[in-house]
Amino acid sequence: MCLGIPGEVIEFLPDQPDLARVDVSGVKRVINVGLLSDELLEPGDWVLIHVGFALSKIDEDEAAAALSFLQGIGQAYEDELAALQESRIE
Amino acid sequence: MRFVDEFRNADTAHALAARIAELCEPGRQYKLMEVCGGHTHTIYKHGLEDYLPEQITLVHGPGCPVCVIPMGRVDDAMALAAEPDVIMTSFGDMMRVPGSNGSFFDAKARGTDIRMVYSPLDSLKIARQNPDKRVVFMAIGFETTAPSTAMTVLRAAAEGLRNFSIFCNHVTIVPAIKAILDSPDLRLDGFIGPGHVSTVIGCRPYEFIARDYGKPVVTAGFEPLDILQSIYMLMLQLSRGESIVENQYSRVVPWDGNPVALKAIGETMELRPYFEWRGLGFISHSALKVREKYAAFDAELLFSVPGVRVADPTACQCGEVLKGVLKPWECKVFGTACTPETPIGTCMVSPEGACAAYYNYGRLTRTRVKEASRS
Repeated sequence: MCLGIPGEVIEFLPDQPDLARVDVSGVKRVINVGLLSDELLEPGDWVLIHVGFALSKIDEDEAAAALSFLQGIGQAYEDELAALQESRIE
Repeated sequence: MRFVDEFRNADTAHALAARIAELCEPGRQYKLMEVCGGHTHTIYKHGLEDYLPEQITLVHGPGCPVCVIPMGRVDDAMALAAEPDVIMTSFGDMMRVPGSNGSFFDAKARGTDIRMVYSPLDSLKIARQNPDKRVVFMAIGFETTAPSTAMTVLRAAAEGLRNFSIFCNHVTIVPAIKAILDSPDLRLDGFIGPGHVSTVIGCRPYEFIARDYGKPVVTAGFEPLDILQSIYMLMLQLSRGESIVENQYSRVVPWDGNPVALKAIGETMELRPYFEWRGLGFISHSALKVREKYAAFDAELLFSVPGVRVADPTACQCGEVLKGVLKPWECKVFGTACTPETPIGTCMVSPEGACAAYYNYGRLTRTRVKEASRS
């Protein structure tokens, strides 16, 4: 829950500009990007996601570092990914 | 993975450690607190204390949101969940936190409708799908999760949803740091500032620590070298007799935080006069509640909440661990009655809790030897 997980923006949902489909370690889910409305966000950008909300825009290197940190954590990250897999934000 | 290697390189770590050692004044002991549970995790996973000179002790702070939820609030949530037609929703991390009558998992096993969600937006969806039920979201966490709850309340209000509410347990990190600074138990020399919380609140809220208490603060990233570099920056300030706020994690943390997130929190929530933290007791202005404007989404107003204060189990010394007064292994029940499988205290529940981090990475023997050699 407290983990910031990196995801790559794939596309924005039509008619719902606050929602975007992202790829997190191969898991593709919808998240809310409303907290980044001050930033220019495009498909291909990376974001740090907390409980279904993108909290900051990051570069690809930082995303790789964050992912490696999370993989090192082990179970907690697996639990977070499992929870994300169950998520159906709309 | 060039970047990761840069942040993990053992040679760089040793070089940094040597520079840190050079900054230590002979005969002086340094106590630096890492506030955030994520940092605690990195420190134990990579054995960072073993890189540091004996003179530097890392003290683990209260920055584990699950760890600081008092038993009484868990009991309150259970009482809410037991009300007719209620579906209680919660992050997975919260499910094993013990109340006086067991955890959410125990209540779920007894037939209470408690569901695990990834996001408060999933909870909102459950409310849309179950118009004849009253869906409550157990909102916990520091400023990292508070914006998500705030945005969800705003969304619920925009949709005019009438069967969704939050049981607000959001806490704010700065008053907890101030309580620790004011505590006579502990003399600290500096702080490794939290990473993700600072993404939201920025670095300015820590300025009073440097200005009024004369302690340096460095906001840090989560890689091992981030933390070593932050310790170096703290030691450099201490060696010069300075105390300012610095941002080692500027590649993610903007100095002014995330204004959209802060606005959403400010719109929907306000500070409580006081709130109880597990182990730390009551701290003024340290938690958030739903603003009157959004009262229709405040579970504390919609339901009767017992609000009974429940003392922590006497054997558990989480409070001393959260304040950094005791090392996890110095607790009476650590590793015996209290383990990650059967936690008595919250510090053993969350992977970010200091006790669980110690337990999982087997730092016990090494740290004990180091502590023994010091005394």
